[in-house]
Amino acid sequence: MFELKDVRYKAVLDIPTLVIQPGLITGLIGDSGSGKTTLLKLLCKLVSPTAGVIMLNGKSLAEINSVEHRQSVVMLSQKPHLFTGTIKDNLLKGLMYHKKTCSDDVLIQWLNTVNLNKPLSESINNLSGGEAQRLALARVFVLDAAIYLMDEPSSALDEKSELFLIETIVNFVKANQKTLIMVTHNQSIAKKYCDTVIEFTNGHVKEGRLDDQ
Amino acid sequence: MINNTVIELNFFQVLLGYLFIVIILIIIRLRGLNKEKVLIIASIRMTVQLVLVGFILTAIFEEPHPLISLSAVLLMIVFAIFTVFNKFKGLLSRPIKKVIIISLPVGGLVALSYFLYMVIRIEPYYNPQYIIPITGMVIGNSMTGITLGINSMIRRFKDQKETIEQALILGANEKQASHDIINESFDTAIMPTLNNMLGMGIVFLPGMMTGQILAGIAPNIAIMYQIGVMLAILGGVALSTYLFLILGYRTFFNEQVQLISTENGG
Repeated sequence: MFELKDVRYKAVLDIPTLVIQPGLITGLIGDSGSGKTTLLKLLCKLVSPTAGVIMLNGKSLAEINSVEHRQSVVMLSQKPHLFTGTIKDNLLKGLMYHKKTCSDDVLIQWLNTVNLNKPLSESINNLSGGEAQRLALARVFVLDAAIYLMDEPSSALDEKSELFLIETIVNFVKANQKTLIMVTHNQSIAKKYCDTVIEFTNGHVKEGRLDDQ
Repeated sequence: MINNTVIELNFFQVLLGYLFIVIILIIIRLRGLNKEKVLIIASIRMTVQLVLVGFILTAIFEEPHPLISLSAVLLMIVFAIFTVFNKFKGLLSRPIKKVIIISLPVGGLVALSYFLYMVIRIEPYYNPQYIIPITGMVIGNSMTGITLGINSMIRRFKDQKETIEQALILGANEKQASHDIINESFDTAIMPTLNNMLGMGIVFLPGMMTGQILAGIAPNIAIMYQIGVMLAILGGVALSTYLFLILGYRTFFNEQVQLISTENGG
């Protein structure tokens, strides 16, 4: 699926070679500032590498239409930005960009999936940090993309909520045969849920499985 | 009945007007404001510039020629474009400058041509008595509108970087990601003109109408002109600003639909 060759991004990232397989859960671990978020941004084309090539299914990302690419490779930022308005406005925004629509019943089902028990008409101003994080997750689930990039999706949550959210994500990904590339600071989460991990140290990467190391 | 003929001001009468400058100079001195130089330069420039324009306009009106009218219009447009560039020194990229060079003349000239040739129907088509003052008003206001639009757009692209990036991440194209910024900037740019229209005739009498009335034109004729000019100004401001915004937002993205500041800032 994703294949990186001599990819560099300024002084942040330097990856001679890296392959990310489809249909797996790939964990990105490492200290903050080691280049994990930059890799996600490169994979969804929010930024382009300063050198090297990133291929997706044999085609260079530079040659793929950026908007279409971001509609099949959806990223959830560490601190997702919610648009002003209601929960429904936020869920529909991404769908609008994807030229899709969804009934209220389906939207409510997605809210239930992420355990956000609030009406669709609720203003986003009334949401706590954790609720906002869960809404942002529902907003990307509803898009039904092929590949999900998640940057510490549970960072704003307590331990119990964190486990619930990660299990929700993993269940969603496995049930719908999605590919997930997820940054996590939590080694035990990486060990338990990720099929493979990429370890980051000062912009360099090392592949493997945590239990093998 | 009062005699409505124009009272021509002689040199001595105008000189009496400068009494206001003396009064302000005294106030500035008393308050220690250190603005004497600016006040004197402004007064001299205003006087010299207007006297010169008076001579030039008299000459043009006496010997009207299509090339002279066209040159005057071009000069005003070029001056307006450079005024905008100077206002944002160092802040405008080359592509955004190109957008200004297109949108200011096109928006202004469309509104102007419609007003001069469809509404007033001036004869001959290059009549400087109409073309010069009306071009000044329409282009001048379009320049102010575009300036407000540029200011608003640059500020919002900076302040709302997160919102735009979030929209891009969710699969928006440049147009969708900039939708709110374009709307808000358009609103900011045309608001002063709309406020001006709201207060017109009640809070103040507009300058052009006042001038015509002082020159002995009947108020009902002056009002008709004022309404027409105000609509042409609104048209010029709205068209040139809208054109600037719908062409200008693209300059904030690169060909990979990435925010240019994001790409540079990492």
